[in-house]
Amino acid sequence: MDWTWFHKFGSPPHVYRLAGLLTPWFAWPAALLILGALYGGLVLAPPDYQQGDGFRIIYVHAPSAWLAVMIYAVMATAAGVGLIWRMKVAHAVAASCAGVGAWFTVVSLLTGMLWGKPMWGTYWVWDPRLTAQLILLFLYLGFMGLRASIDDVSRADRASAVLALVGVVNLPIIRYSVEWWNSIHQAPSVMKMDRPSMPFDMLAPLLAMLLGFSLYFGAVLLIRLRAEILRRERNASWIREELT
Amino acid sequence: MNEFFSMGGYALFLWPAYAVTLLAIVINVYTARRDLDRARTEARRRLASGATGDASSVATASAVRGQS
Amino acid sequence: MSGPGVFRAAVWVVQRDLRLATRRPAQVLQPLAFFAVVTLLFPLGYTPELAKLRAIAPGVLWVAALLASMLALESLFREDADDGTLEQFVVSGQPLTILLLAKTATHWLLTGLPLTLMAPLVGGALGVPFAALGGILSSLVLGTISLSLIGAVGAGLTLASRRGGVLLSLLTLPLAVPVLIFGARATELAIAGDSLTAPLYLLGAVAVLGLTLAPLAAAAAVRIGLE
Repeated sequence: MDWTWFHKFGSPPHVYRLAGLLTPWFAWPAALLILGALYGGLVLAPPDYQQGDGFRIIYVHAPSAWLAVMIYAVMATAAGVGLIWRMKVAHAVAASCAGVGAWFTVVSLLTGMLWGKPMWGTYWVWDPRLTAQLILLFLYLGFMGLRASIDDVSRADRASAVLALVGVVNLPIIRYSVEWWNSIHQAPSVMKMDRPSMPFDMLAPLLAMLLGFSLYFGAVLLIRLRAEILRRERNASWIREELT
Repeated sequence: MNEFFSMGGYALFLWPAYAVTLLAIVINVYTARRDLDRARTEARRRLASGATGDASSVATASAVRGQS
Repeated sequence: MSGPGVFRAAVWVVQRDLRLATRRPAQVLQPLAFFAVVTLLFPLGYTPELAKLRAIAPGVLWVAALLASMLALESLFREDADDGTLEQFVVSGQPLTILLLAKTATHWLLTGLPLTLMAPLVGGALGVPFAALGGILSSLVLGTISLSLIGAVGAGLTLASRRGGVLLSLLTLPLAVPVLIFGARATELAIAGDSLTAPLYLLGAVAVLGLTLAPLAAAAAVRIGLE
């Protein structure tokens, strides 16, 4: 089997150029999807029979919460690839993920609280989803803190990669334990999205938002990755060709 | 129009939620592009000041290919 | 790398660490004193009424045990890294995973186990009924094993960093959340006099998973930290 395509991903100049070429292909569809979903979610979708117009927060809350978890998975996968195949570019991907992931974890917490206030009457309830999201935020902060505390890039890469892998094994256990804890203490939960029949004009904007946010993350990741590669490869000769 | 902005009485919660999300979207694009610009300027500055490029990247690339 | 050789090396590591601990008893006693002091603060800060204390006893016991176990982690690998012992582990030809597991086991013997044994005393002060002690002890035994294992990964990771301390807690505490939840629930059920098999099974499952994976992660972390 020909593995050259795989090895090309280990080559910083190749990935740098590819990332530059791909960015608009993520950015423009993301922008269109998000704008379309905004219109669909805020205007076209009918009010919820229980929550009225308040349910429309779902169109920003659910995609943020999804991104927070997805970015951690991408980060851990990249970290694992970097650790196993000693691929510098993969470590650069993992390093580029953390900041965005932490941002959207915070957004999902804030939008969850803003949703909770009219529904529960208080900004914070120890809802299992919000609690798990809060713990995820600490995992991101730990990852970033560990990276920041190690001066040598290569060691920071590998140490944080081990942490990301430990975290990704632990994350399902944390989620399960929090659900379990909640089921005992019976905190209210309005954020159940598994309602039997969400009408199409409610569901479609949500799906468009989820896809749009994912593509948006792809675009941001590619830009951050290029910056990260440039910083790491500062002495490499290909940079001369690339920038002049 | 007013009806749209009042969001059935949920405006106070709904619009801040959208604003926070929009803020995160804008800030992340902005910082990413700023970082890339800075990295580019820094790299150009190094090139102009005559910092010699070495062949480390080429060497790694060929080493990786050599493993297959 | 023969089986008995590995086993002998592991036993040697445990014996050495235990001997070192007897030379520096303060290091062993401090986390235990911390555990006692923290739990003492709750009657003073909340209420001396045993009935009310009993209601928060599970949380207090487990959070205090978690923090005390964390306190002893700083020194788990740091000194051995500084004086070159860990380097010797790496070049010894013995699997680092097993040697670190032995060190983790010693950490548990010196903190987890004494914390567990102190639980009746501390629990009694929080109004925990005598009948609940069996359940609390078994949950603490299983839970502190996991805490030591998670802590070993954190201690290995912070070897490479300039500052341990707060960062170590930030890395390990979120990972310890399931242990805290299952442990506190087991304690709660024990105090209520109910069957606590469910949380005990879960604690056991976490401990088994930790035993298989944590030493691997700790070994990878220590190798990176030693470079």
